[in-house]
Amino acid sequence: MAKKREIQEYTIDPAAQQMIIRAEELGIGTAFSRADNMVPCNIGAAGMCCKQCGMGPCRLTKNGDVGICGATLETVQARNLTRAIAAGAAAHSDHGRDMAFTLKAVAENKTEGYRIKDVAKLRQVAGYYNIPVEKRTPEEIANDLADLYIAQFGQQRGEVIPARRAPKKRQEKWRQLGVIPRGVDREVVEALHRTHIGDDQDYVHILQHAIKTGMADGWAGSMIATDISDILFGTPAPVLGQANLGVLKKDMVNVVVHGHEPTLSEMIVAASQDPEIIAYARAAGAQGIQLSGICCTANEILMRQGIPAAGNFLHQELSIMTGSVEAMVVDVQCIMQALVDLASHFHTKIITTSPKVKITGALHMEFDEHHALSIAKNILRTAIDNYKNRGEVQIPDEKEDLIPGFSHEYINYMLGGSYRASFRPLNDAIMTGRIRGVAAIVGCNNPRSKQDYLHVKVVRELLKQDVLVVQTGCGAIASAKLGLLLGEAGIEQVGAGLREVCETVGIPPVLHMGSCVDNTRILTVLTQMVEEGGLGDDIDQVPAVGLAPEWMSEKALAIATYCVASGAYVIFGGASPIGGMPDRVDDSDKVLKYISAGWEKDYGGKLEFIADPDKMIEASLAHIDKKRAALGLPAWDPNKFGRSGDAHMNELEALPLEARRAAIYGLAAD
Amino acid sequence: MSRYIATRAIRGANAIVTEAEFMLNKALAEKGADAPISFPNTAYYLPTIFAMTGIAVEKLGQLKDVIKHARELLHPIPSNRHWTPYLGETLDGGMATLFAAETIEAIRFLYDLQPEPKPGFQLAGGTAYPQLGESMEGHLNGPIDDIRLRSWGISLVDGRMPGFAAIVGCAKNNAVAVKIVRELQKRNILTFLCGNVNGRSIIDQLQEEGVELGYDTYTVPFGTDTLSAIYPLGFAARSALTFGGLKAGMAQDILLYNKERVFAFVLALGEVDDLKYAAAAGAINYGFPVIADTVIPEILPTGVTTYEHVVSMPFDKIDGADDMEKAERLIQKCIEVRGVKIKMTEVPIPVPYGSAFEGEVVRKADLRVEFGGKHSRCFEYLYTAPLEEVVDGKVEVVGPDFSAIAAQGNMSVGVVAKVAGRSMQSDFEPVLERQIHYFVNGASGIQHVGQRDIAWIRISNAAAEKGFSLQDLGKILHARFHADFGAIVDKVQVTIYTDPAELEKWLGKAREAYDFRNKRLADLTDDKVEEFYSCTLCQSFAPNHVCVVSPQRLGLCGAYNWLDCKASFNINPTGPNQPIKLGKMLDDRRGYWSGTNEYAAMGSHGVVNEVSMYSIMENPMTACGCFECIVMLIPEANGVMVVSREDTSMTPAGMTFSTLAGIAGGGLQTPGVMGVGKFYLISPKFISSDGGFKRIVWMSSVLKQTMADELKAVAEREGDPDLIDRIADEREVSTVDELMAWLEAHGHPAMIMEPMF
Repeated sequence: MAKKREIQEYTIDPAAQQMIIRAEELGIGTAFSRADNMVPCNIGAAGMCCKQCGMGPCRLTKNGDVGICGATLETVQARNLTRAIAAGAAAHSDHGRDMAFTLKAVAENKTEGYRIKDVAKLRQVAGYYNIPVEKRTPEEIANDLADLYIAQFGQQRGEVIPARRAPKKRQEKWRQLGVIPRGVDREVVEALHRTHIGDDQDYVHILQHAIKTGMADGWAGSMIATDISDILFGTPAPVLGQANLGVLKKDMVNVVVHGHEPTLSEMIVAASQDPEIIAYARAAGAQGIQLSGICCTANEILMRQGIPAAGNFLHQELSIMTGSVEAMVVDVQCIMQALVDLASHFHTKIITTSPKVKITGALHMEFDEHHALSIAKNILRTAIDNYKNRGEVQIPDEKEDLIPGFSHEYINYMLGGSYRASFRPLNDAIMTGRIRGVAAIVGCNNPRSKQDYLHVKVVRELLKQDVLVVQTGCGAIASAKLGLLLGEAGIEQVGAGLREVCETVGIPPVLHMGSCVDNTRILTVLTQMVEEGGLGDDIDQVPAVGLAPEWMSEKALAIATYCVASGAYVIFGGASPIGGMPDRVDDSDKVLKYISAGWEKDYGGKLEFIADPDKMIEASLAHIDKKRAALGLPAWDPNKFGRSGDAHMNELEALPLEARRAAIYGLAAD
Repeated sequence: MSRYIATRAIRGANAIVTEAEFMLNKALAEKGADAPISFPNTAYYLPTIFAMTGIAVEKLGQLKDVIKHARELLHPIPSNRHWTPYLGETLDGGMATLFAAETIEAIRFLYDLQPEPKPGFQLAGGTAYPQLGESMEGHLNGPIDDIRLRSWGISLVDGRMPGFAAIVGCAKNNAVAVKIVRELQKRNILTFLCGNVNGRSIIDQLQEEGVELGYDTYTVPFGTDTLSAIYPLGFAARSALTFGGLKAGMAQDILLYNKERVFAFVLALGEVDDLKYAAAAGAINYGFPVIADTVIPEILPTGVTTYEHVVSMPFDKIDGADDMEKAERLIQKCIEVRGVKIKMTEVPIPVPYGSAFEGEVVRKADLRVEFGGKHSRCFEYLYTAPLEEVVDGKVEVVGPDFSAIAAQGNMSVGVVAKVAGRSMQSDFEPVLERQIHYFVNGASGIQHVGQRDIAWIRISNAAAEKGFSLQDLGKILHARFHADFGAIVDKVQVTIYTDPAELEKWLGKAREAYDFRNKRLADLTDDKVEEFYSCTLCQSFAPNHVCVVSPQRLGLCGAYNWLDCKASFNINPTGPNQPIKLGKMLDDRRGYWSGTNEYAAMGSHGVVNEVSMYSIMENPMTACGCFECIVMLIPEANGVMVVSREDTSMTPAGMTFSTLAGIAGGGLQTPGVMGVGKFYLISPKFISSDGGFKRIVWMSSVLKQTMADELKAVAEREGDPDLIDRIADEREVSTVDELMAWLEAHGHPAMIMEPMF
């Protein structure tokens, strides 16, 4: 049995530490303690176990071992990785599919509570696909777009349509390599087929399909999900929000939404502002309803409405530990089954809502967009009714303000206003070296590493090196908890050149771009940077890197794959799921090496697993500098920039009037 | 932006839009919605509003939509804590300010308050207003009329006029105001005057000093308030509509057109208030930067403007002996920040100038004075310095002029050019330096030969009689670098050294630089690249000659190596240095590629069909006349001799350098004779197919001395550390017989090598 870790080794977040102490005092297990107790299977962890058929499972742990069918270690590892990618792509894409059906229902006026909030984005997205927009109602346009998007999932031939939004050169490369998905479902099904016993048994060939499957996520399913979320709920723009367990309120009905989809949570947001519901809460003795989020549902409503985030993935159990949560409303993905048992120690109701997700012991209140608002109100009433059952409450004080809401549309706007919107200032900043490069630091929490530690360590160090950071998902919430998503606090912690740019635009040095399905926003940003000019003609030339220091889900692997396919260098923390045991079994890291060097040769991007955060940072900077050099950009110089800004002016403004006049204006005009 | 500026600009925008709305409502009540609105003598309605929104305002009532749109562009001022981004919001506020300002000026026209009345003021040419009896007296100009727009606008967008300055406020004192305007006029920069500080405007200052203001003097006084700054911005919008082929409503294109084509900037003199910040934010939308002579926060990152957005240059802190110098520096800075390209169309020297004079030779009989050549030294050196260290146009002669030199005499001269530019790279230095040859040759009565420290300049009696002086060499370089290399050079300062001590010092620095440039290439080899470069720089002298420059064989002039050609191609993709794709390797040993052969045939206009890169015996590369050395076969010795341009003595071939030059030059292939750059001698590819460096049996001693270290290294590479001592030179050997005896005595390896032919 593994050694139990100290509280400080579980997490760097003081709020989380308090709740873990409470769990230990109450004798309740959490993901943290279970991670101590559950030693991972070392063979499975190295991707060396094949359980694809009834002849096995086969464990390939010695030189020359093959499965009963003769499958080699490379085949087994390639299969395992591809299946994980297919599962991740399926999760994101199914989310996208549901969004498309919701859009269709809204267009047909068959829903309750939804409307098309961002007509400009609808028209813009329709424009990508030549859907006529002039003299048509939003519903007519949305109807066509929904049909087109729904068709992407079942399409059998051709190319998924969002792929045409990639840089031209990238599209050509994909066509040459034959990896543009035909349809989302087809690629996922084929991935499962090919990795079945006795099918595709050439690891390079299997992994080529892994790319295609990942692309079905990033350049279709996920991209569709983000587009439609923006159309229905509004394209995010900066708002003030808060993060961490301190957002839970002692005297209010706390409802925590957790999971990934915005459809229900947006409706709960609407319902929670309904006077009738507020009155109902007051009647129950509470001051009102405090809605907060966990995981990417949190990000969806944080980005658009500034609804506070109670925390990231590993906070799901800890929020219940406060004893203050009347209901945790969950939809899909990353919901721990442990919640039900944990909640039984408190009054908290775990409410499952997705037709796809039931958890034994949880209350199921199935969501349906045709009656969305009524269901949302019912859920809130259930939570309010539960308020009276609350026991002892212990809510940590910790919470931090943040400014989320950096959609690619807003980034474009913020760099030039309504009349001069463009990525030019960002490209200029990279070209001159004020910004050394861009890092997308995304992904999950993983209880096997210290919660938030890797995220924050990497973010902080890269910021000091003038690397602009964009974040999504649980990584963004990690930085938010530390104030890095606030302009005035964040820019004190960054390099001089980056500070100058942040101050010019008024942005925090870390830009929160949304949920994990919104990683496609990053693809769009990279594409727009390429199109703006000066940073090469394809994504793989941009001095940028993607990191997922605390990854754990299969979706993360799918994201990594589509980023690699798009030309990005992706670094994962922790262990590789197909790392092999090169010290014991010869060449058992062949696949590991292939997805680095082999993929880089074809796509210009690569996937690597680096556990040590210092090495992660080193590799990121080396890559950024390599790309800078290849573009002929000047080498990064930390001392070259940083002269401009308000600091000097603010000092002078503090002087007494006469001295101030003399200092600012010199001698008075005659 | 900065939050400080954003706060003030957004506050100013909110205030002015409210004021405009108030005025509009009042006017609507008093004059009615159908009251006609226009800027007299101009098309394009209210030009900024028309260009940006497409609304063609003809009646007062239409301004309601304009103000409504301006309101939509307004945002709250940024908070102290929890910033949300403010750059885009501030720029929007800037546009709202422009719409409000134009609305207000239009309403003022309705009330006969525009053009601004100014009793006692006399315009030196301006817009003629029928309602004022076309008089130029008693008022400021108001909008520029269409006639003037056509004549100035086209010059602005095609580059004949370098740009315009919108000056807002009031200078430190009258003298500074005058100096600023004079500096701008001197550079042909249109000067627009607006605004005031505490009620005093630069227009007042200039008026008091008797400076004539108006179209005739390229200075336009628009108004003494900040709002009148809308006129220059409207002028810019109209230029884009008139000359850019852009349509009203294509706002982003119109603004980008201005950013790319109209080199304008805002110079804020004196205190900057909220409204000025707001108007400045409007100007930044056009890509026009703002320079202030007071302390304001700087915004140095680029993007909305080409270079810095906002620059503060507090007048009293400007480096300068007095206010006049400070004013001059201020204007220099403005030009730099906007990237205004000063185009010199004329070379200001007392002799005729043009490419027609390039091939002109100054014969001994016509010679007034020469620099370099046999009896003196002339060198040229160009280097890069930071923008602030270069004073554009400054030419200085350190030491005596040539007036004291006797007729047909000589003196040593060093020409040192210090250049700066945003896009300048040190890789370009040798390329630009090599241009000095052409630039100087363009002057009638001046001959220029060679480069680096073997340059040779002759000045004819005719030129000297017309007053050509050393200063003029600098003026030529200043004018031509701006004219031909404006894309990379923003500033040029030239110093001519004749003072012996200074000259020696700078010659040392120059030689260090030449050396550095030579060695930079050491790691590049011919097999590591996919393309060589052509060089046809010398085709004015030898029309059929083509240099093929490879990493291991530099140009025969010694001034252009492969990297220089590459840089030159970068600077000027259609210029004299073109990449030659190597194509198929035909002969590894002699150095034939399909690509080089094809190029030789084309570049020599069919005279030469094949060129060997590594042989002197078979299809050797041709030469113009600029070579540093001549390599020539000595059949009896089974080897070659190398004569330096600096060696005037007799060689074993029975000819001096100058006689040999006639055989080697002219673009003809003569097997056994080749002009080369001296650094080719030490390349492993030096006549490698003929046996390489070991074939050298005789070499001018000047080469042995100046290249001692390099030659020593070559000797070691060739496996014979004493090889250099086995090579004869002019101090011991000047005939073939002496040479043969020397080679026997010193055991030269060529004696036992296989026959050369």
